[in-house]
Amino acid sequence: MTDLTELGVAAIRDGIAKGDFTAVEVAEAFNANVAAAQEALNAFIVVTPEKALEAAKATDAKRAKGEALGIMGGVPIGMKDLFATKGVQTTAASHILEGFTPEYESTVSQKLWDAGAGMLGKLNLDQFAMGSSNETSYFGNVISPWRRKDGGNAALAPGGSSGGSSTAVSARLAPAATGTDTGGSIRQPAAFTGISGIKPTYGRCSRWGIVAFASSLDQAGPMARDVRDCAIMLEAMAGFDPKDSTSLDMPVPAWEAGLSGDLKGKKVGIPREYRMDGMDADVAASWDAGIAWLKDAGAEIVDVSLPHTKYALPAYYIIAPAEASSNLARYDGVRYGLRDLPEGSGLQDMYAATRAAGFGAEVKRRILIGTYVLSAGFYDAYYTQAQKVRTLIAQDFKNAFTLCDVILAPTAPTAAFGLGEKSDDPLAMYLNDVFAVPASLAGLPAMSVPAGLNREGLPLGLQIVGKQFDEQGVLNAGLAIEQRAAFSAKPEKWW
Amino acid sequence: MSVDTATVAKIAALARIKLSEGEVAAMVPELNGILAWVEQLGEVDVTGIEPMTAVIENKQRLRADVIGADPLTGGGVRDAVLANAPAAEHGFFGVPKVIE
Repeated sequence: MTDLTELGVAAIRDGIAKGDFTAVEVAEAFNANVAAAQEALNAFIVVTPEKALEAAKATDAKRAKGEALGIMGGVPIGMKDLFATKGVQTTAASHILEGFTPEYESTVSQKLWDAGAGMLGKLNLDQFAMGSSNETSYFGNVISPWRRKDGGNAALAPGGSSGGSSTAVSARLAPAATGTDTGGSIRQPAAFTGISGIKPTYGRCSRWGIVAFASSLDQAGPMARDVRDCAIMLEAMAGFDPKDSTSLDMPVPAWEAGLSGDLKGKKVGIPREYRMDGMDADVAASWDAGIAWLKDAGAEIVDVSLPHTKYALPAYYIIAPAEASSNLARYDGVRYGLRDLPEGSGLQDMYAATRAAGFGAEVKRRILIGTYVLSAGFYDAYYTQAQKVRTLIAQDFKNAFTLCDVILAPTAPTAAFGLGEKSDDPLAMYLNDVFAVPASLAGLPAMSVPAGLNREGLPLGLQIVGKQFDEQGVLNAGLAIEQRAAFSAKPEKWW
Repeated sequence: MSVDTATVAKIAALARIKLSEGEVAAMVPELNGILAWVEQLGEVDVTGIEPMTAVIENKQRLRADVIGADPLTGGGVRDAVLANAPAAEHGFFGVPKVIE
């Protein structure tokens, strides 16, 4: 029998529907992989094999009765531990939420269960989704399943913040996983681990029940092995939700049915500002290969300009911490989560002690920056200026899209780096998101697909950015690359 | 603009995060490094540019004026609301004494 954990979303769904194997067999196979990898990779904060099995039994029972199985029917997935899951601890990888057990289910996770998916567990991440290497989790680092082919055993970063998700999918612990993307947190980890991931247009997926980081940027999306699997899962996740005031009241397109790698008549923009001095040679080469592949798929390549690119990251590191400082004010030791009440202290001391004990260093750093840039006397110089620059960045994309349909760029400036290599220097870590953040600031759909391996044997990703609401254009360009890159590398099992 | 230990201590107090003197001292160069880097935004000519308020144009909706229209957010779920409280007492959130 084939190894079921080598199958993706479409193959599992279709195989169960045809009767090649049962949903329970699939769930058991992935549960076993999850359990065997937990100690070495630390991809999950909580494992829920019983939930995966329960959903699988429901799928098998439906099939026996001849009922429809749903577009994710029988597919077990990993759930980033930023989504509230009823009755299952939800921590955002923080100490302050340790033990928090939601009384409700997030809209996106509920939609996935309604579509027939089951939950393998809650995936580790950077604390409150703040990080690019999964080194800020209170529950320990996630280790990438990938290793450099230099014979060394250096532990590599799986990317962040959705590092548990990227590790789980690339190590075959799950055929797919949810991610969230505030400034690249789906795309960069996907690129680091040789998988695909898409952040849809801001508002496509409801934010209700997702632990908030920076609300004007946060967007959920799928991470999976290929473009088709991403299209299927995004269809299950997206849709209007009256409980999220920024939810898009639009129908969800049939993205899977609309997939086509034929790009005849399409124009692909290459942003000249992304070709930076001292660019990694392998990353530059993979970008050139991507251009050739899209040309081969029938697209016309055009040069475009996004003149404010260099200001995207500094604007992001004002806006995101500002929103975070406001969002994270809710963690005060009163209504849920940790409470630290020093002997004889009052309410204000309790707040300060609780937050000191409950937040990690990076979270504190960002709250302090956010508090500073929003404080009296500095608000206009920092926050208002950053929001004006954000308008200019969105305009850059609007102008570029008068000349092209999608934009092609690298996802990250390098392949995965080693754990500990950048963790002492916040700025060096932030610069990792240089190519990912502009699309986040403009709210645009953007996807990373694997393009190949660098000279160290590590995956590199290519990023496609589309017009607002044009996830289909993004997925199709991703598919055209996927068909030509023929990426089949996977991490050699050492765990 | 740069921050000194007094400013960091003040921000930490505003943010309700207790920091030791050593933590404040360590935070000063970190925050200054980040602030010096974001300073480059000052170079951008923003004459006549409005600050962004909504990244994707959308209209503000009001929910239907019906009690409990959505059972998830409709109320009447006191015990569920209190279920995760560190110190729920008599159907309320328990807090230390507020007025001396």
